[in-house]
Amino acid sequence: MATEYALRMGDGKRIYLTKEEILSEIEAGSSNASDLGEIPELSADEIDKLAEILMMPGKAVSVEQGMEVPVTHDIGTIRLDGDQGNSGVGIPSSRLVGCMTHERAFGADTMELGHIDYSFKPVKPVVSNECQAMEVCQQNMIIPLFYGAMPNMGLYYTPDGPFENPGDLMKMFKIDKARESMEHAAEHLTRDTVWVMQKLFASGADGVNFDTTAAAGDADMYGTLRAVEILRAQFPDIYIEVGMAGEMVLGMHGELEYDEVRLAGLWPHEQAPLVAKAGANVFGPVCNTNTSKTSAWNLARAVTFIRATVEASSIPCHVNMGMGVGGIPMLETPPIDAVTRASKAMVEIAGVDGI
Amino acid sequence: MPISHIMASGMTGIRAAGDLVARMEFSKNMRIGEAKEYVAKKLGVDIPALTDEHVMRELREELDIGIITSVPGAAKGIAAKMNIEKLLGVRINSCERFRGQLS
Repeated sequence: MATEYALRMGDGKRIYLTKEEILSEIEAGSSNASDLGEIPELSADEIDKLAEILMMPGKAVSVEQGMEVPVTHDIGTIRLDGDQGNSGVGIPSSRLVGCMTHERAFGADTMELGHIDYSFKPVKPVVSNECQAMEVCQQNMIIPLFYGAMPNMGLYYTPDGPFENPGDLMKMFKIDKARESMEHAAEHLTRDTVWVMQKLFASGADGVNFDTTAAAGDADMYGTLRAVEILRAQFPDIYIEVGMAGEMVLGMHGELEYDEVRLAGLWPHEQAPLVAKAGANVFGPVCNTNTSKTSAWNLARAVTFIRATVEASSIPCHVNMGMGVGGIPMLETPPIDAVTRASKAMVEIAGVDGI
Repeated sequence: MPISHIMASGMTGIRAAGDLVARMEFSKNMRIGEAKEYVAKKLGVDIPALTDEHVMRELREELDIGIITSVPGAAKGIAAKMNIEKLLGVRINSCERFRGQLS
């Protein structure tokens, strides 16, 4: 009987595969990324290396000594003190305690402060509170401390915001009106983000992390890139990280361009040059996890996309590797065996500059 | 999950030299290899030492750039970051703001 190795499905469920099955899954996953992104598949050596990582006997694996990379953090201290049934664990603690815990107890390489809603728009009425928290944290912290939030352009549409919901307009075939609404929302997103970050930078923030960019589609990305451009011009030395929401920019608008490149339908390796052009220092590419596929398929697909992105990018790439992205199972408690294997593969095969 | 990543591939922040390498990536757009080389040169160590807690614990205290424990009199917070500015030849926003507040 052939030896079987313990792997995971994309939803985290334990499965057992033979070496031949693992190799076949890796080839299929890599081929899927190659077809979609028109990028090279993993080489035979890379496929062997990935299979070797997946078949390692230990529960947790790690990169070879000397190959470690900075691990940056999104969501801020909400990981500890937040709890909306997602990734927060609801430990009553201040944000200063959360930041210092990450720095001194967890070994984080960077950290960030974020509002409990973790979107830029709701920060506006409480920005002074955020500035106070940033000042107190900066006085005590040593590692780079960002302010992080989601552009989350959906908050600018009815019923949460002032502009008519493009989804409703499109259902009525009012396509031009829907596009207008998205353009207005993008303008407001840019304006609000710049305003919030001007205040936070004046309070000592090391930088800004735009987390889940393009969640509301191409206009969301357009508004974010414009904000990056404006902030870079105003604050030449500030750190700017742009992390994506998904692997491909959804063409909700369909015609928006940045630097004469249409945003709709861009894959990670096509997004990176635009993010660099806007003035960001670090790009956070995403590859989605398919819960119906194996971890071998998902990780091979993610590594293929991210390797191409690292090559295409002129700035460092810190790949997104939270729940449901970057080959990590879609589960609020991702199994350590799957997380550490994905981590090792991204560093040693995709060549990322950070996670 | 974040701790799994830190254990699998992280540079462990101020336990070693992870914060310093991250600062070079973010302040100068350096890729990982270049950032490590730069920091290693500034610290006067080889690249493997950047993640060697045994080397970095003593070196960080000697350079007064922040350590995880509360050694009396050792630089913490802004003071440690001011020393990091000098060491790496970079400007840190919170230090600039702090200096601006001094009369």
